[in-house]
Amino acid sequence: MSGGGARSLALHGGVLALLLALHFVLPAYHHGNLARIMVLASYAIGYNILFGYTGLLSLGHALFFAAGMYGMGLAMRHAGLGPGPALAAGLAAGLAVSAAMGLLALRTAGVAFMIVTLMFAQAGYLALLYFGAWTRGDEGFVIQQAERILWGIDLSDPGNRYLAALALFALCLLATLWLVERPFGKVLVAIRENEERARMLGYNVFAYKLGAVILSGTVSAAAGAAYGLLFGYVGATFASVQYSIFPLLWVLLGGAGTVLGPLIGTLFMFYLIDLSSGVTSAYMLVAGVVLVLVTLFAPQGLAGLLRARLWRWLP
Amino acid sequence: MLRLEGIGAGYGAAQVLRDLTLKVRPGEILCLAGRNGAGKTTTMKAIMGLVPLSAGRITLDGVAISELPAHRVPKAGIGYVPQGRRLFGELTVAQNLEIGLMARGSPLAVLDAALDLFPRLRERMGQRAQTLSGGEQQMLAMARALCLDPAVLLLDEPTEGLQPTMIEAIRAAIRETRARGAAILLVEQRIDAVLSLADRIALIENGRVLDTLEAEALRRDHRRLERHLGV
Repeated sequence: MSGGGARSLALHGGVLALLLALHFVLPAYHHGNLARIMVLASYAIGYNILFGYTGLLSLGHALFFAAGMYGMGLAMRHAGLGPGPALAAGLAAGLAVSAAMGLLALRTAGVAFMIVTLMFAQAGYLALLYFGAWTRGDEGFVIQQAERILWGIDLSDPGNRYLAALALFALCLLATLWLVERPFGKVLVAIRENEERARMLGYNVFAYKLGAVILSGTVSAAAGAAYGLLFGYVGATFASVQYSIFPLLWVLLGGAGTVLGPLIGTLFMFYLIDLSSGVTSAYMLVAGVVLVLVTLFAPQGLAGLLRARLWRWLP
Repeated sequence: MLRLEGIGAGYGAAQVLRDLTLKVRPGEILCLAGRNGAGKTTTMKAIMGLVPLSAGRITLDGVAISELPAHRVPKAGIGYVPQGRRLFGELTVAQNLEIGLMARGSPLAVLDAALDLFPRLRERMGQRAQTLSGGEQQMLAMARALCLDPAVLLLDEPTEGLQPTMIEAIRAAIRETRARGAAILLVEQRIDAVLSLADRIALIENGRVLDTLEAEALRRDHRRLERHLGV
């Protein structure tokens, strides 16, 4: 293993170990926050595969997050499935929706791709509201505590919930770390850098981009399904445009095309809003100013800054 | 052997190539010489499937590559170094070469052979491509194309804008690639490059090959080439 590879494994393993250690020492409030942050960071990891590594800016990822969440939730509510099969249903829904959207949206590029993905997500959101008899529309529905027991583990228990969120996040993080070192991940980066050049070298760019959309959508759906199950609520808010913008901000702040960027960005933004809202009712103004400053002084994101200044080997 | 048989191609309504015919044999350098807008780069793009053909066909050792989608053409054995190099600037030299190597699943020996032509790249493996000098970028672009182990190499003005020492290094690598048996189709504007490298020269004008000449004849009397290029 190269020096960079060993250091990278040590760093990412260290981050996961730190998150595990925090489980034992954090006060209840921050413990709950961090569980939520890890699930949302998993969503951002999914987004990063498409935006950070492939260079495709989607404004419709809430569709995938909601596909996972509703795929899981509706399977429990209407088909009477247990949490395990319901999670699988959420993943399958994310995979199917991302494949369908990818096949159509990838016929466009650039701004048109952004708009098409946004429209897909809006159509999904409106469909959730329209089929309110099944989805309970804007109101959403709760998954009862008694239903959230997976393999004998009560996921509504804060400790179990934290560990389940950590397991999901670790899986996503290590999978990304593995992916970026594989030929598939390297070709995605080549496509991001110069799509035409990648095609001239003999790569089927469309197939690779479709693969990236499906992988990104499925990871996002896994996060959505886990969010619904761990926090016991499935709602249309998670399909709104706001939830398509969030992962973009998290990834931009943390560092697009870096493995740790999604966690750093999600953590930073979550606590920025949390802390500033405790100080002033104009907390979005504070958050906005800080975001502008970070964007100005670290345009490559916080992990990107680390990579540029300190650790060139950072994946 | 690469054959272009009566091909027509262009961009939308603008027809650039008209009934263009030529062939490039293994182990030779055929230079396409012509003024700006004559259709040299479009010929290369047509071979790579980046410009659709309106007529004719292109074959490589009997295989109709003009019927393949663009991404299958390099896998059929054609490497292309476009004008302007088009590297993956954010990636390192090693990563650029790896992407080339993976494209056709070439063995590591192919990379070694490419690096033997450009030993300077061995010292730059960890450096980002965009930080290389112009000459080194050209070397990397050629080495990456050679990682495909191509039967035919298309080079579009490979020495444009380079300093003399780099130009000589690139020319030496082109000659060595020919010696290894590759067919090379070269686009050049510089008369000295055309005369020093080419085995045959195809004079191209208005999208047609006017004549194909042995380079030796033009070396003895290069006024015809000068007239054709408008020098």
